[in-house]
Amino acid sequence: MKHRHLLGLKDYPADDIKSIIDTAFSFKEVLERPIKKVPSLNGKTIVNLFFENSTRTRISFELAQKRLSADTVNFSASTSSLKKGETFKDTAQNLEAMKIDAVVMRHPTPGAPLHLTKHIDSIVINAGDGTHEHPTQAILDMTSLYEKFGYLKGLKIAIIGDISHSRVALSNIYGLKTMGAEVTLCGPSTLIPPFIEDLGVKVNYNIDEVIDWADALNVLRIQRERMHGGFLPSIREYRNLFGITTERLSQHKKELVIMHPGPINRGVEIDSAVADSDQAIILNQVLNGVASRMAILYLLLGGKLGEGND
Amino acid sequence: MNLTKLKKQVHLSGGQILDPLAKTITKKDILIENGKIKAFGNVKTSKSVQKIDCKGLIITHGFCDLHVHFREPGREDKETLESGSMAALAGGFTRVCVMPNTNPPIDSPEVIRYIVDRSEECPIYIHPIGAITKGQKGNELTEMGAMLAEGAVAFSDDGLPVTDSAMMRNALAYGTMFDIPIINHAEDLCLKQDGVMHEGIVSTNLGLPSSPDLTESNMVHRDLSLTLLTGGRLHVPHVSSSKSLDHIRLSKKSNDKVTAEVTPHHLFFTDNDLQGFDTNLKVAPPIRTISDQKALVEAVKDGTLDCIATDHAPHTIEDKESTFDLAPFGMIGLESCFGAVNKVLVKENNLNLLNLVQLLTTKPRDIMGFNNNLLDIGVHAELTVLDPKEEWIFSREDIQSKSKNSPFVGQNMYGRIKFTINKGHISKL
Repeated sequence: MKHRHLLGLKDYPADDIKSIIDTAFSFKEVLERPIKKVPSLNGKTIVNLFFENSTRTRISFELAQKRLSADTVNFSASTSSLKKGETFKDTAQNLEAMKIDAVVMRHPTPGAPLHLTKHIDSIVINAGDGTHEHPTQAILDMTSLYEKFGYLKGLKIAIIGDISHSRVALSNIYGLKTMGAEVTLCGPSTLIPPFIEDLGVKVNYNIDEVIDWADALNVLRIQRERMHGGFLPSIREYRNLFGITTERLSQHKKELVIMHPGPINRGVEIDSAVADSDQAIILNQVLNGVASRMAILYLLLGGKLGEGND
Repeated sequence: MNLTKLKKQVHLSGGQILDPLAKTITKKDILIENGKIKAFGNVKTSKSVQKIDCKGLIITHGFCDLHVHFREPGREDKETLESGSMAALAGGFTRVCVMPNTNPPIDSPEVIRYIVDRSEECPIYIHPIGAITKGQKGNELTEMGAMLAEGAVAFSDDGLPVTDSAMMRNALAYGTMFDIPIINHAEDLCLKQDGVMHEGIVSTNLGLPSSPDLTESNMVHRDLSLTLLTGGRLHVPHVSSSKSLDHIRLSKKSNDKVTAEVTPHHLFFTDNDLQGFDTNLKVAPPIRTISDQKALVEAVKDGTLDCIATDHAPHTIEDKESTFDLAPFGMIGLESCFGAVNKVLVKENNLNLLNLVQLLTTKPRDIMGFNNNLLDIGVHAELTVLDPKEEWIFSREDIQSKSKNSPFVGQNMYGRIKFTINKGHISKL
């Protein structure tokens, strides 16, 4: 692996992304077995440092770590000494002093994981930094797409919704472009970041044209607080213009893969029936999330491939 | 750096005198006696004279900075008038204007008097800029008349823009009675929202909340229009965007009461330098694109920008070691100023050294109405001696400020301050 940490997918090498995806498939086989545990990271200690609420990402990481036999410690901001005024740097250095091997961090501020690497020697894995990146989500999304289609190069992916506030979107754009996929963004113009086309993606506000074009839709969660600040007039308006509804999909006679990073707002950005349909691979993404995170931890923490398959 | 009292006689020998007022550069010695300039040319000296070898060096007016934050009173952990003075001397500055966003703010004749009294003890001249509104709250005008009588030289709510257009109109109108500059930190806070950097491809890459250049230029345009309406004097601080420059350039054609400054950091850095999330580059207004940076250089050359001011803004390591959203805006800039602007403007963009020195001496003094007659027999020696061509790397050891928040650390500099002579003292590198 070229980079010691996984901070983001911007400038992350295609070869390394491919290695992670391949390794994830090996671990997915492990997850199908009756005994789902391998000794690959036996003796390694990983801290899950969550400065922001998260259920699925934290559980996914924790499971991945346990399946690899690593020792894990969970730390969340609500129970921590941060409320006592301890600085970010002190928290990080205290953890490091306890002799750990890696930190998985979620933080509300863009750049916080990079900041962490300057204060500690452990390997840092970004589990989401504000509106910047969420690289492990993008990798599990790509693993899921690869599993479904067998290739990524030339694949047409549409990302639908609030792009501006989405770390999932940005990491997906970086990763998918690196792997040679085509990306179109679709959402309210107030929620499309400026100059985003400079990253080599297209923007199209017409959801029906985008559905006709795409091989897969990655549907993002719409947060109700975006109504404040004038980004969106109403959920009704959003559903009319961008909602992935049963009715809308029925007008397009084509095979289409539906993805969602979760948590789903049923009836807002996507209809229940669509989320639960055969074309949705949402729950598969969840399982691939564990496998992909196992692959990332395994490759970054230096387990040996032979061990992983035993 | 060390600061020592001048001997009775001091002989600056072998240097070239750059006179930014007469616009000449001539090889001449200077004799200083009892802190005042005694003679030029072939000077006669006593045996006990303190001889300073200035061979290859330029001797000129002490630099003047219209925009610094010395944090006193209130945040003496970040800077004091004394530590700020040392930072100024290290950068060749003999005279500065301190901004009023202290705690309490400099918004009354009493606080102005406090600063003036305290500055008597300092090795540089420190002039307070008073707040435009009481408590910088934007609601009530301060007692400008009484504050001027105590030593205020201009008014600004710096750090906070005067958002209310009617209040800004009144401030400019009220200021006409005293013919002093009104300085408004131009940022439309509604448009800025929670922006921490310039809105562009880099902010999109980094996922940081950003605000567009219009955040500045809209308010600059408003202030320029209000200046025309009221006949007031407006000084635009730390101009950062090409769009603001367009408005200022146009306005100056028909209005001679407008002046503007630029900081070394807006000339030196671009938003691309924020890729590493360095909180020392978090400033307001933000560092903008390379095309804005080029426009700033052009505006210096064509006179749209009148002077260089550092906006020296000290913050503690604890404050700046925070994450990008929580870190305060601002960087220190006095010590690194000359090496940075001389590199960008003279070395890389062919500005004359004489013109650059004017931007640091006569131009800012003109804006504030300070005495510019500094190279004359009998005047107090207020001089800066510099090497215009020394190549060096700025390091933490070059910082005299109490705070170390400088993104210039590790940067290549061109030109360096060697001595600063002021108030009967000399500081040496």
